Amino acid sequence: MDKDGKALTGAPTGAIELSGAEMVIRALKDQGVTHIFGYPGGAVLPIYDALFQSEGIVHVLVRHEQGAVHAAEGYARSTGKPGVVLVTSGPGATNAVTGLTDALMDSIPLVVLTGQVATHLIGNDAFQECDTVGITRPCTKHNWLVKDVNELSRTLHEAFQIATTGRPGPVVVDIPKDVQFKKGPYVSPEAVRHRTYRPRTEPDLAAIVKAIDMMAHAKKPVFYTGGGIVNAGPDASRLLRELVEVTGFPITSTLMGLGCFPASDPHWLGMLGMHGTYEANNAMHDADLIVCLGARFDDRVTGAIEKFAPHAKKIHLDIDASQINKNVRVDLPIVADAAKALKEMLHFWKTQKRKADAAALKSWWAEIDGWRAKKSLAFRNSKTLIKPQHAIQRLYALTKDKDVYITTEVGQHQMWAAQHFHFDKPNRWMTSGGLGTMGYGLPAAVGVQIAHPDSLVIDIAGEASVQMTMQEMSTAVQYDLPIKIFILNNEYMGMVRQWQQLLHGGRYSHSYSEALPDFVKLAEAYGAVGLRASTPDELDAKIEEMIAVKRPVLFDCRVDPKENCYPMIPSGAAHNEMILSDAEEEATQVSDEGKMLV
Amino acid sequence: MSAQLKSPAIERHTIAVLVDNEAGVLARVIGLFSGRGYNIESLTVAEVDHAARTSRVTIVTSGTPQVIEQIEAQLGRLVAVHRVHNWTTAAPGIEREMALVKVVGTGEKRVEAMRLGEIFRCHIVDTTLTSFVFEITGAPSKIDQFVELMRPLGLVDVSRTGVAAIARGPEAM
Repeated sequence: MDKDGKALTGAPTGAIELSGAEMVIRALKDQGVTHIFGYPGGAVLPIYDALFQSEGIVHVLVRHEQGAVHAAEGYARSTGKPGVVLVTSGPGATNAVTGLTDALMDSIPLVVLTGQVATHLIGNDAFQECDTVGITRPCTKHNWLVKDVNELSRTLHEAFQIATTGRPGPVVVDIPKDVQFKKGPYVSPEAVRHRTYRPRTEPDLAAIVKAIDMMAHAKKPVFYTGGGIVNAGPDASRLLRELVEVTGFPITSTLMGLGCFPASDPHWLGMLGMHGTYEANNAMHDADLIVCLGARFDDRVTGAIEKFAPHAKKIHLDIDASQINKNVRVDLPIVADAAKALKEMLHFWKTQKRKADAAALKSWWAEIDGWRAKKSLAFRNSKTLIKPQHAIQRLYALTKDKDVYITTEVGQHQMWAAQHFHFDKPNRWMTSGGLGTMGYGLPAAVGVQIAHPDSLVIDIAGEASVQMTMQEMSTAVQYDLPIKIFILNNEYMGMVRQWQQLLHGGRYSHSYSEALPDFVKLAEAYGAVGLRASTPDELDAKIEEMIAVKRPVLFDCRVDPKENCYPMIPSGAAHNEMILSDAEEEATQVSDEGKMLV
Repeated sequence: MSAQLKSPAIERHTIAVLVDNEAGVLARVIGLFSGRGYNIESLTVAEVDHAARTSRVTIVTSGTPQVIEQIEAQLGRLVAVHRVHNWTTAAPGIEREMALVKVVGTGEKRVEAMRLGEIFRCHIVDTTLTSFVFEITGAPSKIDQFVELMRPLGLVDVSRTGVAAIARGPEAM
């Protein structure tokens, strides 16, 4: 096997001999890794020992492995680099599962290294043993159990290649403790090429030409963009801006794609979907051409699928062929990297001297302006209670000129943040879109702040979500990370309460937190700073105080507990059946089929 | 799956998947089917090239055309998968299955079982005074038919391999 192993790794004779643990550190360095997030334990002690004896990699000690994975996600999403996690076997690995699933759903590149019991103990129900590759198989892009040290360095390099190329995603490398001690030849990244994995990135030019032809003939076109643009890198965002400029088409985006196109641009319709704007959803419904770029026709976006965009031809650009025709049948699929496809679209649009139908576009924009006039994000403000939307608007107004990164938890506050905080650049918005993981935002903010130590990093949170990973405040304090946890505290699991109001006759079953910590004292207990705002009058001053503090802050923003998140497409309804207010919600009858949808 | 995708007729497809013969690869394929709610009617797997360490998995599955398209695309996404080939939508290939069929009985029933076995070109691979084990090879429908005929004649056990498929003519997968 030694002989075979060496032949397969292509290790040159005289390759350096390292222990498995040393190989891990060396491979991380060769992959350009500067920061890892982790938590030690018995089955990774050799790797932690090698880490202790080496320089050049900063390890961030979290308080729970889920926090390590979300922090790595925040790091990855805000930098475009892979996030790296190191955890032990058994509970270390199982605690990472939520983060892995989150990263898989949102296409975040992660390399997660897990310790495993020694190879001769595998299958014996040893202490802190679990079937890590079995458990993580459905929640990773790929995973490996490395039983032979001769395979370790090659596997680590492949792990980085697979996590970061094609449609990005999380990978797990499970390394038994004896393999960490054994010595073997180290192979450098250049010597490694995966046997089968060749993601397709180049677009089919015939399809590109057909796409621009459809675009040139469209009367009611709309760009529908998503997280694929973020993942394709800053070039993709730049090219998207240019494409919108030359075509003059309106553009909307999914939750995951916010920031790829500047919210300050007049072509921007706002986010689409369940809590998207009236103009974005109606434009999708009435469009005759939808150009989907790096999004996946998710159920939050389409609403009732049989009523989705009934008049539209659909172009779908995605790097992952399995997304084509998954939820919605499309007329023209393009499987490619978004930046490469956008570049070709622009090239052919210009060289073929294509022009959008100006007259049709003019009347299309007039229709859109009619929908815009509804001002669907408007809300009734209050002089006595802080409205959550108002709090986000003030937070945005007071931070927009700064170098700001936003993370969120999951729920009403997340939707209000998406609606009322505006982004002009990609990689500035970190949120759990696909999985909807409460507890994502605080550790994600830790990861973002590690990557951007001088930037303003704010987690827009809910008081329910943030308690799921609150322990990471301790991490923030340990590493002097001045993250700002801006809690919209309504004492309810707000989105659950809203659905109970709409669908379950106002029976608020277990959605009210009868006991909450005093967040100011809690912050102080962690060694952080606690602030509270209870009335609209004091909000601005407190936000400014929060920004000025160069330490971690828990900000308890006491908001109206009864506020609901609008506009909304109720379950089972179409894009043009949005409800805009509580009054309309009361008049809405959700069908039995609709009630079954989440 | 949406209602839009559910309404078309259910079709039966035979899909071959060439995979790296590495630990857990079959679990990846099967996990994909169970995790996404696809059907497996039969599944055959064995190494086909020892030097290249590749195995071939042949799956008979059923679903609407959209679901079948998704199955192919999802299989293609697995890192350990080299190629995916649908023998039902492409030029139909040859599909064969082998089964071992045990029939217990005496007298007229035993003679009738043997006579039918000959008609179906079975080999008798084990015999006692009261039992036969037939080896039968053919299209799955032929095996279905034989098994049904054996039922009243003392059928006690069936072991089927699942479908193996290959292209006609000089073409390879």
